Amino acid sequence: MNSVPPSQTERIAFPSPGKHLMNYRRIWQTVVLLTGCVSLIPLIFITIVDYQVTQHAIESEFLLRTARVISNTQRAISFFLAERKSALNFIIKDNEFNSLLSAKRLADILENLQESFGGGFMDLGMIDSDGVQRTYIGPYQLEGKNYKNQEWFKEVVDRGNYISNVFMGYRKIPHFVIAVKRNLPDGSFYILRAAIGIDLFQKLLADLKMEGQGDAFMIDHAGTLQTTSWYYGEVLGKPPLPVPNFSEKSEVYETGKTEEDRLVIGYKFIDDSPFILMIVKERKELMEPWFRTRLKLITFLIGSITVILTVIFWTSWFMVKKIKIADHRRMISLHQVEYANKMASIGRLAANVAHEINNPLAIVNEKAGLIKDLFLFKGDYAKDERLISLVDSILASVKRAGTITKRLLTFARKFEVSIQKIDLIKLIEEVLGFFQREANHRSVTLKLTAPENIPEIESDVGKLQQIFVNIINNAFAAIHDGGCIEVTIKPKEEYWIELMITDNGGGITKSDIHRIFEPFFSTKTKSGGTGLGLSITYNLVQEIGGKITVESELGKGTTFMVTLPLSTK
Amino acid sequence: MQPNVLVVDDEAAFAKTLAERLALRDCRVTVALNGNEAMEVVQKIYIDVVILDLAMPGLDGIATLKAIKRIKPQIEVIMLTGNATTETASEGLEMGAMDYLMKPLDIESLVELINMALKRKSWREVKTQAEP
Repeated sequence: MNSVPPSQTERIAFPSPGKHLMNYRRIWQTVVLLTGCVSLIPLIFITIVDYQVTQHAIESEFLLRTARVISNTQRAISFFLAERKSALNFIIKDNEFNSLLSAKRLADILENLQESFGGGFMDLGMIDSDGVQRTYIGPYQLEGKNYKNQEWFKEVVDRGNYISNVFMGYRKIPHFVIAVKRNLPDGSFYILRAAIGIDLFQKLLADLKMEGQGDAFMIDHAGTLQTTSWYYGEVLGKPPLPVPNFSEKSEVYETGKTEEDRLVIGYKFIDDSPFILMIVKERKELMEPWFRTRLKLITFLIGSITVILTVIFWTSWFMVKKIKIADHRRMISLHQVEYANKMASIGRLAANVAHEINNPLAIVNEKAGLIKDLFLFKGDYAKDERLISLVDSILASVKRAGTITKRLLTFARKFEVSIQKIDLIKLIEEVLGFFQREANHRSVTLKLTAPENIPEIESDVGKLQQIFVNIINNAFAAIHDGGCIEVTIKPKEEYWIELMITDNGGGITKSDIHRIFEPFFSTKTKSGGTGLGLSITYNLVQEIGGKITVESELGKGTTFMVTLPLSTK
Repeated sequence: MQPNVLVVDDEAAFAKTLAERLALRDCRVTVALNGNEAMEVVQKIYIDVVILDLAMPGLDGIATLKAIKRIKPQIEVIMLTGNATTETASEGLEMGAMDYLMKPLDIESLVELINMALKRKSWREVKTQAEP
């Protein structure tokens, strides 16, 4: 084995026909793939469904919430306007034209309104049907001012009441106007007009606790800001938003191209006014809870996949390894049985051959013996040394052939018996005898060193013979012609005997020496090695209660050490 | 004393040659080619030692040994075997055979065994006569 250069070493595969069945990597891959699919596909599917459902639920939730805020705020603003409009309606209906001509009366009313409504009312004026402001209470001198040609006057005449857009007016303060009309029986009318500051509006909108960095403001139908916007600036500015289409209900829509820019816009047209309540929110801020949920979902998915795959990989690896070991054991057993059967067959064949040869050999022996006897006893040819030496040569050859047949018979017999007392020296001599011819042919020196006092051991002679035949066979493969194989026997401790089989071959590399007893490991694949010889040897040594170790040095040789118990019991 | 030897072997060439060689060594030799023939011989003539091949057709070596020992227990039997099955030889030894030799055999070893057998036989006969 160790005569083969390491570059030529390779792991021998399982012999066919079982080879394709024992592709463990493939089995492992199949198991991992199948269990992985079965476990991960439902998990991924459920996670995707959950992802979509949760995303949809969260989106619906914030759209609904925005719509609700819009609706509630719109109601508050409508109430604010209706309240003030109703107050003015009550005042105009409760006070006759002449009564309202009194500045004092009008001042009292304004004061009462300011006290009752907590601010908002900035001034109050009464205008006659000609459009002339007859009485005015407020910070400016507006008495006598004619509004007949102004748009709002015409509208209030037509509709009976009017709410204006927010404007600066003379006072340069953003405000809007509410005007109500009272028709008189004579066909004339008069109008009560009040300017209302937008501070309360602003406060109302500012009080809305907007989530997601939201902004609530109002625009008019032309898109002009009617209140201050956190996003789009001061009153009367122009936000870069289109004026939404009219709708009686609260509406919510999304705008913006990228995820970063996307805005959720909710709006509601406020009844009987030029105002549109707008709520603008950044979608990414609204989606923050969803992003957190999504992160949890993805973390859960990745975590689960990692755990499942780790478990699958590890379990499959463990199981396939177990199968591989079991298969190896089975293969070794099969090969051992096959090997034993083969050796038994060889044994039977050897016995038959030996027996069949022995009988004619015995006749040749007796005939030649008789010839020699006749020469010697009759005396005629007793002194003919040539004839005597010829007969002796025949007898010597018969004796040699007899030794061979006896060895064959001994070899055959070894496969039939089990535990018996064994003289190890004799057994090793017999084993070396099998190799003597090859040793002579290759000029290999076979040496046996053993002290006289080696005790007999009780063991299975067949197994022992097989063990040493395998090891010496291996040594023969390792050495070059002219090499040396030495067997040393010595007692070890009280109940053990150690046999060392040393060759001076090429040695075994460090990487190979750990695998040398593994089944199917061979460096002789090119020369037909099965990789089973030493594996079987290892098992046989174990079976008879012994131990086998190996030491090797590259370029110097290898020593197998077999330690055997004196008795198997 | 000239020993009376019976050589029993189904191989006539072997048996007759061995008989001739033993005759040259001062033995009175009779040849039998099977077990039945051997039984007839031991019943008819006085035999000291039987050289008995174990592997024979018909009445084999062990059966012949049993039969001889049954009718003439004083006859010493040396077994010959062509194979190394020690079990058969051991069985023979248990049945009273004196020893066994492997074929091809060494004539001098055989002669030595025959002489030993003679000594054993005469010693046993002396013992038997002394006992009653």
